[in-house]
Amino acid sequence: MIEVRELCREFTVTTKVGRLRRARTKVRAVDSVSFDVAAGEAVGYVGPNGAGKSTTIKMLTGILVPTSGHVRVAGVDPSRARRDLARRIGVAFGQRSQLWWDLPLRDSFDLLRSIYRVDARDHARRLAECVELLDLSGFLDRPVRQLSLGQRMRGEVTAALLHGPELLVLDEPTIGLDLESKERLREFLADLNAQRGTTLLLTTHDLDDIERLCPRLVVIDRGTVLADGPLEALRAEVVPERVLVVDLEKPSEPLTGIRGVVDVRIELGGLRQHLTFRKDETTAAAVIAAVAAQADVHDLVVEEPEIDDVVRRLYARR
Amino acid sequence: MRAYVHLALAGFRRYSTYRQAMFAGLTANVVFGMLRTAVLVAAVGAAPVAGYDAASAVTYVWLGQGLLAFVVLWGESQLSERIRTGDVVVDLYRPWHLQAALLAEDVGRAAYAAVVRLVPPVAIGALFFPFRWPEPHTWPLFAVSAVLALVISFGMRFILNCTTFWLLDSRGVRNMYEVSSGLLCGLIVPLAFMPEWARDVLWATPFPYLIQAPIDVFLEQGPQWTVLALQAFWAVVVLAAGNLVLSRAVRKVVVQGG
Ligand SMILES: Nc1ncnc2c1ncn2[C@@H]1O[C@H](COP(=O)(O)OP(=O)(O)OP(=O)(O)O)[C@@H](O)[C@H]1O
Ligand SMILES: [Mg+2]
Repeated sequence: MIEVRELCREFTVTTKVGRLRRARTKVRAVDSVSFDVAAGEAVGYVGPNGAGKSTTIKMLTGILVPTSGHVRVAGVDPSRARRDLARRIGVAFGQRSQLWWDLPLRDSFDLLRSIYRVDARDHARRLAECVELLDLSGFLDRPVRQLSLGQRMRGEVTAALLHGPELLVLDEPTIGLDLESKERLREFLADLNAQRGTTLLLTTHDLDDIERLCPRLVVIDRGTVLADGPLEALRAEVVPERVLVVDLEKPSEPLTGIRGVVDVRIELGGLRQHLTFRKDETTAAAVIAAVAAQADVHDLVVEEPEIDDVVRRLYARR
Repeated sequence: MRAYVHLALAGFRRYSTYRQAMFAGLTANVVFGMLRTAVLVAAVGAAPVAGYDAASAVTYVWLGQGLLAFVVLWGESQLSERIRTGDVVVDLYRPWHLQAALLAEDVGRAAYAAVVRLVPPVAIGALFFPFRWPEPHTWPLFAVSAVLALVISFGMRFILNCTTFWLLDSRGVRNMYEVSSGLLCGLIVPLAFMPEWARDVLWATPFPYLIQAPIDVFLEQGPQWTVLALQAFWAVVVLAAGNLVLSRAVRKVVVQGG
């Protein structure tokens, strides 16, 4: 669905030096990025501010012409076939609206139907579906400028889907939404991907979006790809430690001396203990057995590292 | 094609939500119309000047006051703002011809403006002052001329707005347009009042075709069909130039913002 090879994009930035002189410098916003997205995949494209995510998305949608490199989306070169491509993919930018500000939400949807030349019945069916799943019925007839951010965002996603795109590209779709709105949107997108087979590519700073929606992660920083793979694999690769939290029946001295355990932290005077162990040196089962041999265990849990932690370590690796 | 008709209707509805702004604009137009009528009628009072007697001077003023809002003579900046903030990305990835889409919307706006901004000043001129109505056969010609004036004006504003792709801030260019267009297109003083060399120069630019040309057609001054043909020529020229500017901009220039 998406094919990106050694994609580069430079910007020329002019900065003032001294009173009159201006210096022109080239900034590489995207520097030799390569990745593929197969049809039906859901991929999270993450990176810190200024990493080059939005720039990549602009090149994928044909709005920005690459400085060099190769891009194919749905089989076409985006910047050459921008209008063709627009009919086949859906795009939503969390920070920009594609709705008509002064008109009721419903009117925007009608206009999009004409612009995308969607069959009336297909349009009605897709709209009815979105209205139900995204709960739009309460504000369909309100002018867009009166909608709350969460309501508008649901409208934006609907607008991006009414022409039945094979690929949906979302640039920070959950930015500024409250927890419940985020959850509702994620659920909707997850269904869309699972049941419709719509390919998803989304950028976000909310890593819960990724956890919930994207089995695969592409991490970019300063224009280059740092990592690409399933979340689980990245987790195992960059955070080799796991933490076993045990609640004991009786307070005890720190349970040290277990093979593979690199750190022990106690809480509640020794009633709860956090044992950090290296996954490549031992297994959770072995650690649990060793703990049980030393003390009476009331309860235990193995903590997976938080996704934030995974990504932070990926950024730090550079 | 349907999409563009639909966009024009949306443009009409969109502008009909700005009632207060329309009313404020109309009031200003009428006040200025009064002042201009006083001045111009005083100037042509005794004997006609350059073909203008009192009735045609009044007609010239009030028609001009209406047309100015219909074709939009000021440096309107909607597209420019969208380019500056980067919102234009949304406009660029749609499967439409951006220039045609904006033109359609502007036609919708103008249809609304015709009702609330063009007709009232003309009615005021006709009711309270000596007014010159055209022959019946002129009406359709005037309608075509007004629409062509609108298209030329749109085309010029479109190019003006597109300069934002390069300049980032096109306020200077737009202010210049705003200050000069009134004089260049014959809104402030009829072009016929100007020295011959100035007239020759101005009629070689698109400006007079925005205001003076439709007024001339209405007043049946000069060859109507020639004026229409020249308007059509300029409409094609400015639209083609705008199209070229846009495609340049899209290929060479950067869309702002993350
Ligand atoms: N029009 C432009 N002119 C100059 N530099 C630009 C332009 N657009 C982006 N950049 C630079 O390119 C780099 C990447 O920007 P981009 O918008 O792609 O980041 P991002 O990953 O989307 O960040 P964020 O998470 O903050 O949205 C940044 O350093 C930015 O300053
Ligand atoms: Mg961004």
